[in-house]
Amino acid sequence: MRKLKLVMVGNGMAGVRTLEELLKIAPDMYEITVFGAEPHPNYNRILLSPVLAGEMTLQDIILNDHQWYADNNIELVLNNKIVKIDRKGRKVFAADGSEREYDRLLLATGSNPFILPVPGKDLPGVIAYRDVADTDEMIDAAAKHKHAVVVGAGLLGLEAANGLALRGMDVTVVHIGDWIMERQLDKPAADMLQKSLEKKGLKFLLPKFTAELIAGESGRVAAVKFKDGEQIPADLVVMAAGIRPNTTLAESAGIHCDRGISVNDTMQTYDPRIYAVGECANHRGIAYGLVAPLFEQAKVCANHLAMYGIGSYKGSVTSTKLKVTGIDVFSAGDFSGGEGTEDIVLNDPGAGVYKRVVLKNDKLVGAVMYGDTKDGAWYFQMLKDGQDVSEIRDHLLFGNSHLGDTGHKGNNLASSMPDSAEVCGCNGVCKGTIVKTIQEQGLFTLEDVRKHTKASSSCGSCTGLVEQILASTIGGAYQPADSHNKPVCGCTDRSHGEVRKAIRDNKLLSVQQAIDFLEWQTPNGCASCRPALNYYCISTWPHEATDDAQSRFINERAHANIQKDGTYSVVPRMWGGLTTPNELRAIADAAEKYKVPTVKVTGGQRIDLLGVKKEDLPLIWHDLGEAGMVSGHAYGKSIRTVKTCVGAEHCRFGTQLSMSLGVKLEKMLFGMYSPHKVKLAVSGCPRNCAEAGIKDVGIIGVDSGYEIHVAGNGGIKTDVAQFFTKAKTEEEVMEISGAFLQLYREEGYYLERTVHYVDRVGLDHVKKLVLDDAANRKALYERLLFALQDYEDPWKEHAQKPELRRAFEPLSV
Amino acid sequence: METTMTEVQTEWKRLCALDEIPMLGSRVVTGTPHGDIAVFRTSDNDVFAIHDKCPHKGGPLSQGIVHGRSVTCPLHSWKVRLEDGNVEAPDVGCTRSFAAKVENGTVFLQL
Ligand SMILES: Cc1cc2nc3c(=O)[nH]c(=O)nc-3n(C[C@H](O)[C@H](O)[C@H](O)COP(=O)(O)OP(=O)(O)OC[C@H]3O[C@@H](n4cnc5c(N)ncnc54)[C@H](O)[C@@H]3O)c2cc1C
Ligand code: HEM
Ligand code: SF4
Ligand code: SF4
Ligand code: FES
Repeated sequence: MRKLKLVMVGNGMAGVRTLEELLKIAPDMYEITVFGAEPHPNYNRILLSPVLAGEMTLQDIILNDHQWYADNNIELVLNNKIVKIDRKGRKVFAADGSEREYDRLLLATGSNPFILPVPGKDLPGVIAYRDVADTDEMIDAAAKHKHAVVVGAGLLGLEAANGLALRGMDVTVVHIGDWIMERQLDKPAADMLQKSLEKKGLKFLLPKFTAELIAGESGRVAAVKFKDGEQIPADLVVMAAGIRPNTTLAESAGIHCDRGISVNDTMQTYDPRIYAVGECANHRGIAYGLVAPLFEQAKVCANHLAMYGIGSYKGSVTSTKLKVTGIDVFSAGDFSGGEGTEDIVLNDPGAGVYKRVVLKNDKLVGAVMYGDTKDGAWYFQMLKDGQDVSEIRDHLLFGNSHLGDTGHKGNNLASSMPDSAEVCGCNGVCKGTIVKTIQEQGLFTLEDVRKHTKASSSCGSCTGLVEQILASTIGGAYQPADSHNKPVCGCTDRSHGEVRKAIRDNKLLSVQQAIDFLEWQTPNGCASCRPALNYYCISTWPHEATDDAQSRFINERAHANIQKDGTYSVVPRMWGGLTTPNELRAIADAAEKYKVPTVKVTGGQRIDLLGVKKEDLPLIWHDLGEAGMVSGHAYGKSIRTVKTCVGAEHCRFGTQLSMSLGVKLEKMLFGMYSPHKVKLAVSGCPRNCAEAGIKDVGIIGVDSGYEIHVAGNGGIKTDVAQFFTKAKTEEEVMEISGAFLQLYREEGYYLERTVHYVDRVGLDHVKKLVLDDAANRKALYERLLFALQDYEDPWKEHAQKPELRRAFEPLSV
Repeated sequence: METTMTEVQTEWKRLCALDEIPMLGSRVVTGTPHGDIAVFRTSDNDVFAIHDKCPHKGGPLSQGIVHGRSVTCPLHSWKVRLEDGNVEAPDVGCTRSFAAKVENGTVFLQL
């Protein structure tokens, strides 16, 4: 088949990202030519600010070097502008007279800076701030001249002013608004920002209207004159008064434009062979000026170019972060107030902290912060997800302190950390390394940072810190993934929700069937998606789906926890934390026989034998099995333990028989696989010695029955369980707990703990399906019991089936 | 038989039947002069052998999840290519690989 011809006009961030996405999914479909007006290969435009500030060089910010274009067989024509499109003949013409035919044309021409139409705007020394050439000119001017005036106090203007000041110029920012960054900040936040920029040496004049730029003797600009007659010296004037989508080329070809090239949800213009992405495009009335939305557009556009037919662009919510070292401001969404909105404000000028969140119909619609922006990513996430915040309203402004809980010495403000401070305690990554990697590798997402630095890739407790660092290094370019719809992994564009639904609707019974049906882009998935798919199949179609051992993480395959030296730990189940002399004797014997180096009592009320060699596993299981013990599943995304206190059986305070209820619950749930691990506890009275308040399901005995709490978690971040309901009898407790866990099993996403599941769907949803609807509760409970019936202890199974044992036996040659 | 020195050193040795290695799984060969070797079987029934030691911190690669022609280390998720033992970007490193082949349903290893 002849390759189709794709021509791209504009070698900038949005366009090249589209090509990258396209090459990932359809590397051989197109013969690609790129025209760029600038003489450079694609670079990270947003890092021009650090270049200006002297923190980086042009070389550092190149995203795709010449070799990249060559490696991907892309013809790159630089320093050459496309001046005409012949849509009938499907050809483009360049300034130097050359031409190219196309089957598909991609317009990614970016924006033009808006130059105030005042006398003197064309004088030498008057520039915009858009590209490398402008940046070079500013650096040059800073070396030779004294006075700089920046017109416009938006993001761009302030970053330019800051850079010029760092290069030793005397900088005045003039602005027509009543306060700076009026589109991103409200007045209190802007005033605080202005004060701290003044401390750095910037001067501000506002509101002020520029009337004229006046030339000096040399012919270069020498002064700025305002409408009120005032005049100030200026050897350099930087116009940063806004940008306009660059539609010249599209308009000349008769393509419909309206403040940008109009595109539909698949990024096509009115001529369906012609696509537009980036700042030049207007989607549903909005032309975006930040890179995060452009990247979403790039993905959709690539998808359509690859003729995949899935994926459409619905618009983006953006957030803003100023990239000025040492200053912390954040804003997102709509905070102009207005009908039906409510404000919650925290203002502490003494401490230099201001926070305001705007709510509408119990949802977050906007947020502005100054001084302490550590919760920016959290607010932004809730805003994008449209999460109901009525339940957390009273502590909304104090953040979710999911930062700095453990592992990084309580540090939770990234900006105040020195470069040498450790951010990720698991992998020993410090702040400086993360910043440097983001800049040099051109990273934009949390996933990228995890991949390249390992920070936040293990326990995840430093995620908030890494997000802050990312946000302050690349500004509004950082867009947290939409947590509800983010793809399962790099093998697919589909989200967990879509995958679960497809497996249910189409009765997919194995990992491979799901991979084929859902058109995975890799032949057998990867280590992230295969365990998820396997879980979805077996939980949706119990007794029918194939449980694929090779799609389980080693701990679940070997029925033991792998340790860092490659040995395993063995944890026999002790129902409800109870044991017998006979069991203890068998454990002691096994520990001696297999020379187990460490024997430990776990946090889950049982005994862990650590340091067992893989080939000894089936033998030790056999010995423990002889004494009646079964696997404790201490390794699985499954039921772990039901912790109990001694309860009314022995305790003088006890109101209920916690041990026996605990044993009943644990026996009921034996063999239950779930999206993540599940832990229960039963306490005999409200003194709660079994710590039921931090369990997935926690039962607390009271005089009149039982209180059931759900969705607690004692892990990296402690989440106290929420009160769910009261129950009168043990049978009711079993049915309600069982139904709740089954709902979680059916609706939870893989690796989502109950607390995150309940956060996502809302406790009301869970109550409706489990408490209010008795028939549904019964049905859920029965589905759980059905799924678990005939579950065979994996230890016994291995002892009996030689073919299962084989995986544990080494070969020799 | 006519054999040169190099051929003697790199003799093909019978390992096991292909069926004894699970598809998208592995077996470990112990007691070789090169330490433990992990032998993998891909979904298209190719076999590959690499040192059972991750270049990162020595994790047992044989215990990882196999996908395409790579295995993900069970300890910190580095991806190691089965064909040549190279680690996939952005991580860097390499573990030793050994020649392996299947003939008539039998797996051979060259040591
Ligand atoms: C100093 C600065 C700081 C910024 N900081 C941030 C930030 O912190 N966060 C953030 O999200 N965004 C930031 N931005 C905005 C961000 O850089 C842009 O949103 C993004 O680069 C737009 O990408 P694009 O591909 O649409 O356009 P561009 O990257 O501008 O690419 C368009 C390219 O097309 C070329 N071109 C135009 N017409 C033609 C033609 N006819 N023929 C050939 N080539 C043509 C242009 O020369 C240009 O190279 C910043 C921008 C600047 C200037
Ligand atoms: C691969 C990583 C991990 C391993 C190998 C591991 C292993 C274990 C083991 C063996 C136990 C004893 C459980 C039992 O008796 O059944 C345990 C308990 C526990 N683990 Fe982990 N764990 C891991 C990750 C985590 C994570 C990520 C969290 C937090 C989210 C966590 C939180 C806990 C808690 C709170 C307990 C105590 C449970 C209780 O008291 O009932 N663990 N862990
Ligand atoms: S047992 Fe749990 S808390 Fe302890 S080091 Fe391992 S993961 Fe961390
Ligand atoms: S929770 Fe109550 S019943 Fe249980 S041990 Fe503590 S005091 Fe006794
Ligand atoms: S030991 Fe293999 S990834 Fe760390």
